[in-house]
Amino acid sequence: MADMRLTKIPVTEQDPKVRARNFEEVCLGYTADEAVAEAKRCLNCKNKPCVSGCPVSVRIPEFIEKVSMGEFEEAYRIITSTNSLPAISGRVCPQERQCESKCVRGIKGEPVAIGRLERFCADYVMKNGGVSAEKPDNNGHKVAIVGSGPAGLTCAGDLAKLGYDVTIYEAFHTAGGVLMYGIPEFRLPKAIVQSEIENLKAMGVKVMTNMVIGKVMSVDELLDEGYEAIFIGSGAGLPRFMGIEGEGLVGVYSANEYLTRINLMKAYLEDYDTPVKKSNKVAVVGGGNVAMDAARSAMRLGADKVYIVYRRSLDELPARKEEVHHAMEEGIEFLILNNPEKILGDDEGNVRAVECVKMELGEPDASGRRSPVEIKGSEYELEVDTVIMAIGTSPNPLIKRTTTGLETNNRGCLVVNEAMKTTKDGVYAGGDAVTGAATVILAMGAGKTAAKSIDEYIKSNN
Amino acid sequence: MYKIMRKKMLNEQVVLMEVYAPHIAKKALAGQFIIFRVDEKGERIPLTIADYDREKGTVTIIFQTIGLSTGRLAKLDEGDSILDFVGPLGVPTHFDENVKKVAVVGGGVGCAIAYPQAKALFNMGCEVDVIAGFRNKDIVILEDEMKKVSTNLYVTTDDGSYGTKGFVTNVLKDLIDKGNNYDAVVAIGPVPMMKFVCEVTKPYGIKTIVSLNPIMVDGTGMCGGCRVTVGGVTKYACVDGPDFDGHEVDFDELMRRNNTYKNHEKNHICRLTGGVRNG
Repeated sequence: MADMRLTKIPVTEQDPKVRARNFEEVCLGYTADEAVAEAKRCLNCKNKPCVSGCPVSVRIPEFIEKVSMGEFEEAYRIITSTNSLPAISGRVCPQERQCESKCVRGIKGEPVAIGRLERFCADYVMKNGGVSAEKPDNNGHKVAIVGSGPAGLTCAGDLAKLGYDVTIYEAFHTAGGVLMYGIPEFRLPKAIVQSEIENLKAMGVKVMTNMVIGKVMSVDELLDEGYEAIFIGSGAGLPRFMGIEGEGLVGVYSANEYLTRINLMKAYLEDYDTPVKKSNKVAVVGGGNVAMDAARSAMRLGADKVYIVYRRSLDELPARKEEVHHAMEEGIEFLILNNPEKILGDDEGNVRAVECVKMELGEPDASGRRSPVEIKGSEYELEVDTVIMAIGTSPNPLIKRTTTGLETNNRGCLVVNEAMKTTKDGVYAGGDAVTGAATVILAMGAGKTAAKSIDEYIKSNN
Repeated sequence: MYKIMRKKMLNEQVVLMEVYAPHIAKKALAGQFIIFRVDEKGERIPLTIADYDREKGTVTIIFQTIGLSTGRLAKLDEGDSILDFVGPLGVPTHFDENVKKVAVVGGGVGCAIAYPQAKALFNMGCEVDVIAGFRNKDIVILEDEMKKVSTNLYVTTDDGSYGTKGFVTNVLKDLIDKGNNYDAVVAIGPVPMMKFVCEVTKPYGIKTIVSLNPIMVDGTGMCGGCRVTVGGVTKYACVDGPDFDGHEVDFDELMRRNNTYKNHEKNHICRLTGGVRNG
């Protein structure tokens, strides 16, 4: 009989006042006892609605049942049979919109804490020396993956499990893509990402860093080198700016740059060379996870005031609920229904303020969200020394420019069919390169679909 | 790891390094750049490719030890290795086939990049006047090399200790006024120099190409740190440049943005070396 308590077993978190000034992980995760107790809340429903909410089809009730019996390694094996990166997805998935949103326990009370349980299993196994990676027999077929973010890693993991000889080409000096340069240490420790990548390497996946495909080699050259199929997961590209006055002032960052300096280049550590501005008052423009990450990072670097400037209302914030909650706890101020009109500079070209206008909600727009409308005459100056633009990205142009036969849509995103096949034979794609800025788990789902398609494609050719 | 095959000091502050990077050497073209990271704690710093040898698999970089990272790179010797070396990045310089007569203007260490441009144009059969400016005689670099790939070489020094006294802009204006009909001018050097060269050429309507060096992190079209305003539009030097039409570039904004971390770096170097600058 399931434990019928209505709420999730609470999870230990660092105190908001303390964590707002350090980069250590916010959520400390369940203990074994807490995990077992939470797992017992699962009804083990026959029709498994939770699984239908998971982009990588984790066999949720099955692994939770093992957790409830204390068989954590077995639970981990069930998770990793469909998900190569559980320590990551357990931390960064928007579970409230996916698996947990479908949980029957959520109808009356809180859903089962599926994300926390997934994370617990991955961390438990990692802490206890890991489970021996099963290195499948090499089937003699070579596949190249461009980009080592969540899409590429998932595709690589799934193909390696099937026996493919997989090589990942990564443009940066470290593998992991957005998991390394974008998502901060306090939300996703980098050692965890590297450990997941080591698991893939143990399965035989090769990682070549410092290889910018589209520059040092083209996609066509990879095909010439004997790769039978290629997966492009080159990720989000150039940051968008609003196109307002003052974006060229000193102290205006894209969230990509700000977060890359902090996460990939470790600018927050004294002994690393890369600098980042030490700000007093920061305005972060946007309401997604990236905006929350940038705002919380600015707070940790010592800012006195950090504002999220968002033109819609709290209900429309696209960020994960937990991130918004954490940001509020840490003292980030939410200036909702506010829109920047221009950025104002001092005589030396440094940011001194943002001119904002207040908004109100009007009729629903094409996205179904009520569209914000300016309140005339409500302009005011918000005094800040740093502005971080977190309003999305457009896909990286390098591969498109150097590959013949690869179609993109009017937003520059690679065009694929439902099997993640591009308009070029043997070339598949997924993640932000296809969708524009989206979530880690959607990229993982795309990588997974592509791996299945690549397997079918190569088998049909042989 | 990328091994340094050859190191040569061109003057007290300017270093030439030939680095073994066969993948990059195979693809490199004039005008493109690499990004290096000396070691695990280093910054990612862009440097324009000065030369390459496809057979030996080497890429040549020439840099001035002006900051923390170039200082740390300069400390490495032949046989040592650089942790990361990635490229070739950026769009190669493109010259119109109708270009027959060109002035290539280099300032200081910028001559290291002006030189391969002059060489490419000279080998295309262009008439190439090279104007190379330095602060003084002691820091003149690549004079013989530039002589070989130019129709005329004009060296200037700010203090008159060598060549013509004055700035490259004076020589350029003189040459234009004397009736040299340049189809294009290429200017590579400190931002103020490029700005003033553009101010000289603009009234004459001579197309002027500049190679920009904004602050960069990834260099692959991701971070947006290298954005520059060109013709009122935001461009990214890493994927749209580094070459741009100089008459369209907002140089003042570029100069301001390039100074973003000036104070930070001063303090950082002081902390690392106990106040003694040894870069």
